[in-house]
Amino acid sequence: MNDMRITERAVDLSETKISARNVQVFYGDTHAIKDVSVDIADKTVTAFIGPSGCGKSTFLRCINRMNDTIDTARVTGDILIDGEDIYDRRVDPVQLRAKVGMVFQKPNPFPKSIYDNVAYGPRIHGLARNKVELDEIVERSLRRGAIWDEVKDRLDAPGTGLSGGQQQRLCIARAVATEPEILLMDEPCSALDPIATAQVEELIDELRRNYSVVIVTHSMQQAARVSQKTAFFHLGHLVEYGETGQIFTTPRDPRTESYITGRIG
Amino acid sequence: MSDIAASPPAAGEGRKTSLLRETDRVRKRNAAERRFELYGMAAVGIGLLALAFLLLSILGNGLSSFRQTFVDVPVALDPVAIEEAEASVVKTSRYRDIIEGAFVSALEARGLLEGIDPEEAAGIISEEAPAQFRDYVRANPEAVGRPGEFTFLVNGRIDGFFKGRVTFESAELDGNVTPAQLRLAERLAGAGLIDTRFNWAFFTAPDASGQRPEAAGLGVAILGSAYMMLVVLFLALPIGVAASIYLEEFAPRNRFTDIIEVNISNLAAVPSIVFGILGLAIFINFAGLPQSAPIVGGLVLTLMTLPTIIIATRSALKAVPPSIRDAALGVGASKLQSVFHHVLPLAAPGILTGTILGLAQALGETAPLLLIGMVAFVGEYPDAPPEGLFDPATALPVQVYNWTQKADPAFVERASGAIIVLLAFLVVMNAIAILLRRRFERRW
Ligand SMILES: Nc1ncnc2c1ncn2[C@@H]1O[C@H](COP(=O)(O)OP(=O)(O)OP(=O)(O)O)[C@@H](O)[C@H]1O
Ligand SMILES: [Mg+2]
Repeated sequence: MNDMRITERAVDLSETKISARNVQVFYGDTHAIKDVSVDIADKTVTAFIGPSGCGKSTFLRCINRMNDTIDTARVTGDILIDGEDIYDRRVDPVQLRAKVGMVFQKPNPFPKSIYDNVAYGPRIHGLARNKVELDEIVERSLRRGAIWDEVKDRLDAPGTGLSGGQQQRLCIARAVATEPEILLMDEPCSALDPIATAQVEELIDELRRNYSVVIVTHSMQQAARVSQKTAFFHLGHLVEYGETGQIFTTPRDPRTESYITGRIG
Repeated sequence: MSDIAASPPAAGEGRKTSLLRETDRVRKRNAAERRFELYGMAAVGIGLLALAFLLLSILGNGLSSFRQTFVDVPVALDPVAIEEAEASVVKTSRYRDIIEGAFVSALEARGLLEGIDPEEAAGIISEEAPAQFRDYVRANPEAVGRPGEFTFLVNGRIDGFFKGRVTFESAELDGNVTPAQLRLAERLAGAGLIDTRFNWAFFTAPDASGQRPEAAGLGVAILGSAYMMLVVLFLALPIGVAASIYLEEFAPRNRFTDIIEVNISNLAAVPSIVFGILGLAIFINFAGLPQSAPIVGGLVLTLMTLPTIIIATRSALKAVPPSIRDAALGVGASKLQSVFHHVLPLAAPGILTGTILGLAQALGETAPLLLIGMVAFVGEYPDAPPEGLFDPATALPVQVYNWTQKADPAFVERASGAIIVLLAFLVVMNAIAILLRRRFERRW
C-alpha cells in the first residue's frame, strides 16, 4: 500500500493526455462501446479491466484509430489527444499511429530480421539520418524492450524465430522505436511466463516516465501492480474509473466489486 | 480408489468384450475403410494408366522427330553454274539441277547407280536441299569455285524408311517413293553416305510446306509462343496483381465488389474459344491489329489468364495473417506501405506460383489462337520484340494442330515431337511452380 501512495502523488501532477467524450462504437448493429467518457493522464499507466467481450480492446483501438481498418466499425463522439480531435477530417490516421504506438495481444513480429523489425518504424518515419543513428535507435529500443541482451548477437535472425515472450518484448521494442507519446498495450503479457511478465511490467513502469501507457489486462494483480489509474468496463459501459488503489480497495459500483472479487467475469 | 476398482466388473458384466477380437461394428467399419481404400487406389491406378498410355504413345510416335536422316553429297561449286542459277527466274530449280548432277555423278563414281534411273535416284534428296544449298552459297561467296562436301536432308519417305515408318511393301503403293529408291538408300547407308543424327533443325527451323515434312521445324512456333508468354507476363502479372491488391486490401465490401468477385470467378470458367471470338472482334476487327501476330495472341491469352492470376493472388494475399497488417499499421505505416513492405513479399511465392500455372495454361491454349489466325502457315521468323510482336507467327499447340491435319505420316511424327516439346515446357514450368511453393512455404 505504501508505493500506492507514491503513485497517487505522481498522478496528481500529470495532466490529461487523452480525453474521450461520449464515445460510441458500433460493429454493424452491435453496440460495443456505450457512451464512454474518460480522461487519461500523461506519464501514467492506466489499466483497462473488465470481463471478456466488454469492449476493452475496442476502446483501446479507438485511441489509435485501428478500428478504421474494420469495415463494419463506426465510431462517434470525440477523442482528443493533447486537445486535438483525432477523428477530425484533417487528421491522418497514419500520422496518429506514429504518435500512438500499439502492442497487440498476440505477438506479431514481422517475418523479417530482429533488426528490421525494430528499424522498420524509424525507417518509414525518417527518424534516423544514417545507419549509425538507426543502429542506435534499434539498440535503445531493444534495451527498453528488455530483450537486448538476449538478441544482441543475432540481430539478423528472424524475429519469428524467437520464443513467444521474446517476440512480445520485440514487439514492445518495435512500438517504442518510433518514439510514440502514448503506448497502447492490449493484454501484452497474456502469452508470457511469470518471469517475462515481470520483465514487461518492470518495463511498463519504466515507460511511464516518458509515455502515457494504457494497458488492457485480465490480471487484477497486474493492474494493481503496474497502473496508477484503472478503468472498469462492463458490457460496453465504463462503469468506474479512478485511482487504482481506490478501485481495488473501495470500489464505488457494486459491479466493480463483484468483478474484482471474482463474482462476474 | 479401491471401491472404483471393485465396481466395474459388476456394472459391465453384460458387455464384457475382449480387445483381441473385433466387434461387429468395428469389423464393418474396417471393411468399409478397406473398400474405400481400394476405390481410391483403383481411381489413381486408372489415372496413372491413362497417363502412361499417353506418354508411351506420344514418346513412341514423337521421339523419332528429334533425329533426322541426312545424305552427304560432294558438290563442286562451279562459279558458272551458280551464276547461271542466280540469273535464272526459278533459281531453286537450277540449284536443284546442280545438286542432282553432283549426286548422280557421285553415285556413278562409287558404282551405286545400278538398277535405278538417275532421275529416280536423285529423288531421294529433299525438296528442301536446293534452298539449303542456295542459302549456303549466298552466305559463303568465298566458297564458290572450290569443291565442297554437303549434307542434305533426304526426302521424308526415305527418312521414314530409316525410322521404320516406310517399308518396301508400302513403297509399292506409294506414289512418292519407289522400292528402288529404298534399295538405293540402303546401299548408301551401307556406304556411310546416309546416316541419321540429332535434328537441331526441328527446334530452330520454321514450318515447311506439305511436300517437305523433313524440313519442318518448331522455330517459329517456339518463338511465337515465347512472344505471347512475354506479352502475358508483362500484362497479366501487373494488372492481375494490382487488381487483386485493390480488391483484397482496399476495396470496400459492398454489392458492387461482390458482383466483381463473382464475375472474376465466372471469367475463369469461360471457355477459351469465347476469348478468341472476343479477341477477333476487339483486337483485330476493332483495333486493327494484324492477324496471326503474337501481340494479339498474347492479349487474348492475357484476358484468359487474368482471372487465374487474380484468384491465385487473392488467395495468396488472404493467406497472409491479418496480424502482420495490424503490426505494420500499428507502427504507423500507411496502408500502401503495409501492403508493399509486408503483405506482398509474403504473398509473392503464391502469386508467382499462380502466375506460372496461368502461363502454363496459356501456353497450351489452342482454340482462341485458331480464331485470331495464328493457324496460318508461317515460313519466316518474326523479328525481335517489340516489333516482332506484330509479325506473323504460330504457336506450339497450334503447330501441333496444324501438323495433325496433314496427310503425310511424317507430319504426324512431327506433331508428336511438338507435343513432347510442349509437354517439356509445361513440366518445367510446373516444376518451377512447385519448387517455389516448397522453397518459400512459410509458417507463422
Ligand atoms: N471486428 C468485429 N466485428 C464485430 N464485432 C466485434 C468485432 N470486434 C469485437 N466485436 C464485438 O465487440 C464487443 C467488444 O469486443 P472487444 O474485443 O472489445 O472485447 P474485449 O473486452 O477486448 O474482450 P477480451 O477481453 O476477450 O479481449 C464484443 O461483443 C465483440 O463481439
Ligand atoms: Mg480484447
